[in-house]
Amino acid sequence: MAMMRYAEALRSALREEMQRDPSVWLMGEDIAVYGGVFKVSKDLMAEFGPERVRDTPISEQTLTAMAVTAAMSGTRPVLEIMYADFLPLSVDALMNQASIYNYIWNGQVTMPFVLRTQGGGGAGAGAQHSKSLDALVAHIPGLKVVAPATAADAKGLLKAAIRDDHPVIFLEHKLLYNTRDEVPDGDHLVEIGKARIARVGSDVSIIASSKMVVDALKAADELAKEGISAEVIDLRTLRPLDRETIKASIARTHHAVVVNEGWCFCGYAAELSATIMESCFDDLDAPVERVATHDIPIPYSEPLESTVLPDANKIAAAARRALA
Amino acid sequence: MKNSPTVDEQLDMLGRMVAVRHLEERLGELHKAGKTRGPIHRCDGQEAVGIGATAMLDDEDLLTSTHRGHAHYVGKGVGLHPIVAEILGRATGACAGRAGHMLIADVKKGLLGGNAIVGGGIPAATGFAVSLQMKNRADGGQRVAMCIFGDGAAQTGICHESMNIAALWKLPVIFVLEHNQYGLTAHHSTQSSVPDLSVRAAGYGMPSEIVDGNDVIAVHRAVGAAVERARRGEGPSLIEAKTYRMVGFSTSDVGGYQKDEDLATWRERDPIVLARAMLADAVPAERLDAVMAAARAEVDAAVEQALGDPLPVFAEHAPSAPYTVAGA
Ligand SMILES: Cc1ncc(C[n+]2csc(CCOP(=O)(O)OP(=O)(O)O)c2C)c(N)n1
Ligand SMILES: [Mg+2]
Repeated sequence: MAMMRYAEALRSALREEMQRDPSVWLMGEDIAVYGGVFKVSKDLMAEFGPERVRDTPISEQTLTAMAVTAAMSGTRPVLEIMYADFLPLSVDALMNQASIYNYIWNGQVTMPFVLRTQGGGGAGAGAQHSKSLDALVAHIPGLKVVAPATAADAKGLLKAAIRDDHPVIFLEHKLLYNTRDEVPDGDHLVEIGKARIARVGSDVSIIASSKMVVDALKAADELAKEGISAEVIDLRTLRPLDRETIKASIARTHHAVVVNEGWCFCGYAAELSATIMESCFDDLDAPVERVATHDIPIPYSEPLESTVLPDANKIAAAARRALA
Repeated sequence: MKNSPTVDEQLDMLGRMVAVRHLEERLGELHKAGKTRGPIHRCDGQEAVGIGATAMLDDEDLLTSTHRGHAHYVGKGVGLHPIVAEILGRATGACAGRAGHMLIADVKKGLLGGNAIVGGGIPAATGFAVSLQMKNRADGGQRVAMCIFGDGAAQTGICHESMNIAALWKLPVIFVLEHNQYGLTAHHSTQSSVPDLSVRAAGYGMPSEIVDGNDVIAVHRAVGAAVERARRGEGPSLIEAKTYRMVGFSTSDVGGYQKDEDLATWRERDPIVLARAMLADAVPAERLDAVMAAARAEVDAAVEQALGDPLPVFAEHAPSAPYTVAGA
């Protein structure tokens, strides 16, 4: 085990997979010479050269479409989109190209590319640099979507994503890059599609992902002081969803709070809520509580932004409501 | 020479450039002191482009800007206090604290607005130009749209699409390419195969000109001619202003990619020093000193006032339809 920052864990995953497989290459804006604006790809160009670590022009729509076809023709591109807020530029390539070919061409092609990006609010970056667009990509059939909350999962999931033969959208969070935790040594892989129990509890299941797991754990600490035992499920993968882990937890706690940092309306938390309704209805003692971002562009000023985003207090309040 | 600014206009532009520089310096300090949120994108060294290009615009002319828009905001006539208050997240800001420094808009002044989706301002100005063309034809007006955008933004697909449509429909729009050599940290040589991006205008049958972006008079002349052409209904132009950013990409920039000798060369060509020197024969030094001091004092007063202003309260600024609070 080694203590690592989330950003370092991502870098070690990229490095190990590039060492292991010469067909893996990286492209993105400011990722090569500068090492990425969040420094995830720092020093990788020096190690692997400018053919495998490429700085690109500001051309997200084209880059995404290129990643799709490069992946169909024998290499494994890892594309960095600097902010999740720019994903809408990628969405045509994801929705009308990447998602369809394996199916409509009857399995003749695979598409091993990873699109890494980072989202999330709380940094005062304003309405075009603070969004969580999980639902936008998780909506698309044919894509896998992962959103790690810890350094260990960041590493293990990124390695698994690069080895996957299908497109994987890899959602990081700007406020997690400097968080640290223990990362297992060696060839550490985390299976895509498996959630993790981040904290065991018996009264209520809080289901979250990415930075919301950190907030859910804080909420669980607060609730514990009131004698409420909250279980926190870190989904890790948003699509395909690990329904079994959710079901097993709710079968024990009989109460559920679903959390997502994206907008509330038609958001990812709504999908969780519907899933629980469909598969855990008989186990529930109360309606599912949902915590998500107000349906408003993320404002800049601190008192406005903090009101709009979900946080530990809102999660704890939702758990209390579920148990009331 | 045609489109040359008068001495009074030059003095006005000098004052605005000094205000922008001092604003950037004060914002740098405020950021260090933790009084602003997110990164600040300063335009030190580029003031002549934003100020020179907007000097001949009226409030009815519409401007789109970028993430690095402080000179554009000031050039378009937005007040210093609403700008600073917005950047400090105050209720008194140009957008009541909702927008932050990259996204400021002021409809009364025809600034619509900053944009932090790189390239986003280019089709935006093109769309404004369609509407203005229709209104001009209806009432005989001469309104124009202007887009100031970076060399990085010039590489986006929407830049090509916008220029094609603007030329095709002869839209009253002026594309001002603020070429500061870098897109974020990436040197232009890693972004395009040609150093002069204005050669592309030929592909749209659109006139273009390269201008020294650190010479405010040269910018004023070249852009002024393009604005007149657009006002006459003769269509769009592309002006490529060559300049250099004398500070980091933003307050988050850890540096290491700008060459010391480049920085030194461009500092010698500081647009404010050049603008002052060009007035030296016509205006006594004391008057120039006074203009510059007044500009700085105006910024300082705006900062002091904004620091004392209240932060917004969510409930008072409650969103109205089509926006809603979660679950409502
Ligand atoms: C669509 C999009 N892609 C990437 C970014 C990140 N980004 C912000 S500024 C910038 C560079 C822009 O370069 P340029 O247009 O030359 O403007 P400058 O910063 O030099 O003023 C990049 C890549 C963004 N904001 N929007
Ligand atoms: Mg630039």
